[in-house]
Amino acid sequence: MYVAVKGGEKAIDAAHAWLAEERRGDTSVAELSVAQIRQQLTLAVNRVMAEGSLYDPDLAALAIKQARGDLIEAIFLIRAYRTTLPRLGVSTPVETAQMAVCRRISATFKDLPGGQILGPTFDYTHRLLDFKLAAEGEVPAAPTAPAGQDAVPHVTTMLNRDGLIQTEAEGNATPPDLTREPMELPTSRPLRLQAITRGDEGFILSMAYSTQRGYGRTHAFVGELRIGTVAVEMDIPELGFSVEIGEVELTECETVNQFKGSKTEPPQFTRGYGLVFGQTERKAIAMSLVDRALRWKELGEDNTGAPAQDEEFVLMHADNIQATGFLEHIKLPHYVDFQAELELVRKLRREALAQAEAAE
Amino acid sequence: MTDQTAYNFAYLDEQTKRMIRRAILKGVAIPGYQVPFASREMPMPYGWGTGGVQVTAACLVPEDRLKVIDQGADDTTNAVSIRRFFQRTAGVAVTEATAEASVIQTRHRIPETPLTEGQILVYQVPIPEPLRFLEPRETETRKMHELEDYGLMHVKLYEDISRHGQIATAYDYPVKVEGRYVMDPSPIPKFDNPKLGGNAAIQLFGAGREQRIYALPPYTQAISLDFDDYPFAASKADHACDLCAAPDSYLDEVITDDQGSRMFVCSDTDFCASRRAAGHSGPMGTPSAGADEE
Repeated sequence: MYVAVKGGEKAIDAAHAWLAEERRGDTSVAELSVAQIRQQLTLAVNRVMAEGSLYDPDLAALAIKQARGDLIEAIFLIRAYRTTLPRLGVSTPVETAQMAVCRRISATFKDLPGGQILGPTFDYTHRLLDFKLAAEGEVPAAPTAPAGQDAVPHVTTMLNRDGLIQTEAEGNATPPDLTREPMELPTSRPLRLQAITRGDEGFILSMAYSTQRGYGRTHAFVGELRIGTVAVEMDIPELGFSVEIGEVELTECETVNQFKGSKTEPPQFTRGYGLVFGQTERKAIAMSLVDRALRWKELGEDNTGAPAQDEEFVLMHADNIQATGFLEHIKLPHYVDFQAELELVRKLRREALAQAEAAE
Repeated sequence: MTDQTAYNFAYLDEQTKRMIRRAILKGVAIPGYQVPFASREMPMPYGWGTGGVQVTAACLVPEDRLKVIDQGADDTTNAVSIRRFFQRTAGVAVTEATAEASVIQTRHRIPETPLTEGQILVYQVPIPEPLRFLEPRETETRKMHELEDYGLMHVKLYEDISRHGQIATAYDYPVKVEGRYVMDPSPIPKFDNPKLGGNAAIQLFGAGREQRIYALPPYTQAISLDFDDYPFAASKADHACDLCAAPDSYLDEVITDDQGSRMFVCSDTDFCASRRAAGHSGPMGTPSAGADEE
């Protein structure tokens, strides 16, 4: 005998309790602390901050713990929390030229003012599983050197002295805020950069990769990649000057792209730009490639129909919280729609079969 | 209720609610027109009704009595979850009775009981653009609405008829509002389409992920698209409800065993339960509405 489905409320409570238990796992294993996640899963924390659009390593670590390591779920938690935060003010633009760099490399110049600093990178590690880590070994202290005192100017600034690279438009206009205004197409470059920096790392990576393989090729070199901390300053109207309120870690990538010139522009190099919270190198490089690919119109290049040149395609599908929500919602009940389809298919079949019979 | 101190009434801050209310007012002023709004990230995923939740949050006042349905039922998991969300964050009274509710949030159905003046029906909308599957670009579809260029939609309906002998759209069936905008009624079955037009309640549509709000003010004309020789027909399963014997309500088909047996029951659980409470009984129901007690 059919019993109308009841008990949704009970089921939800039970599911939540089960989830909490699963999240904790075997209680004979020590519980992970938020501080441990923040300290030892830093790159995951960085990704959650970048795509969550909120610079708070403690909250990002908490979100990772709560999400059982599902980073998109953690990003979602951070985004939902971010929505509720009041806007107290706006900082002045951060000066990445003044960054205290822990890593700074250029692929276009062997040496340059400020030097190349490899920093804590996986780049030249051999990807061999380190079984010592399984035994919780202590790590010997890394050698140190005094911090360089020289300024670390941007590579592109040096190139620009000779007019070899396109000058970016300067402006004091407040950039649009994707999280406070609906996105309207066509967009501007500041809005695009904002959407890409919080876009899904995997999606941006694949889009960038597609340009390298010829779908909207931009011939990118990493002019410079720098990671480090920058001061965040805020103008305090009562004081009449700006005050440093903290610092954030950023990864900045500027690509130098070949440009043969167009009807209006002489041959020169052009740039793609990536700026992401935390040490998030892959994302910053990918971002700069996608940024450059999306600039085809302003640079007078041809639209070859490549996905990475299509701003509506890229921007409307880059956000993993939107994507995962809409993707996963198809597991919600749809039996009303399905019933309507069922009736329709039955009707169409009846008519098709009747016609076939009549034809015999 | 402890959450009430941590968050503003109905979760969203007042500035955000004001922004949403402005979009709603614009939507009411231009029936069927999709108003862009700065949709917020809500604590439930996109696709779970974030648009509807934001519209409801912007409409709710403490005196409201809220009903939430999904697939016509008050007890589907997501309806339970959204109802609880507003109980926690707004502390409003809730009900399952359509007639008692001042605000009803729905997914995929319009209640069977006719709505009355003063009620607000909030729809959760996944894809607000009726032309989206004919033209994937927003830049293009907005232009088509501007120019009232709906030829593509009529061609699609015509092709349906030439291929299948009828319009092969069973839900999410587009309507034309007051002779101007073609509007997506959200994925309600086309059985519900006739209730869209001339309805006494305010109907508000919220699409969170797509950042759009639109509206049908009370007694607005909303005509399901069709052709003179192929008129629109609302359809449902050709049965009466097996529990309450209603001949005219939208039915869910429930598979009862692996031998092909099935039964048909009202998708609107409140409608079905009140009919049974009033003494109506189908072949598999009891008039006391006792069949679905836990």
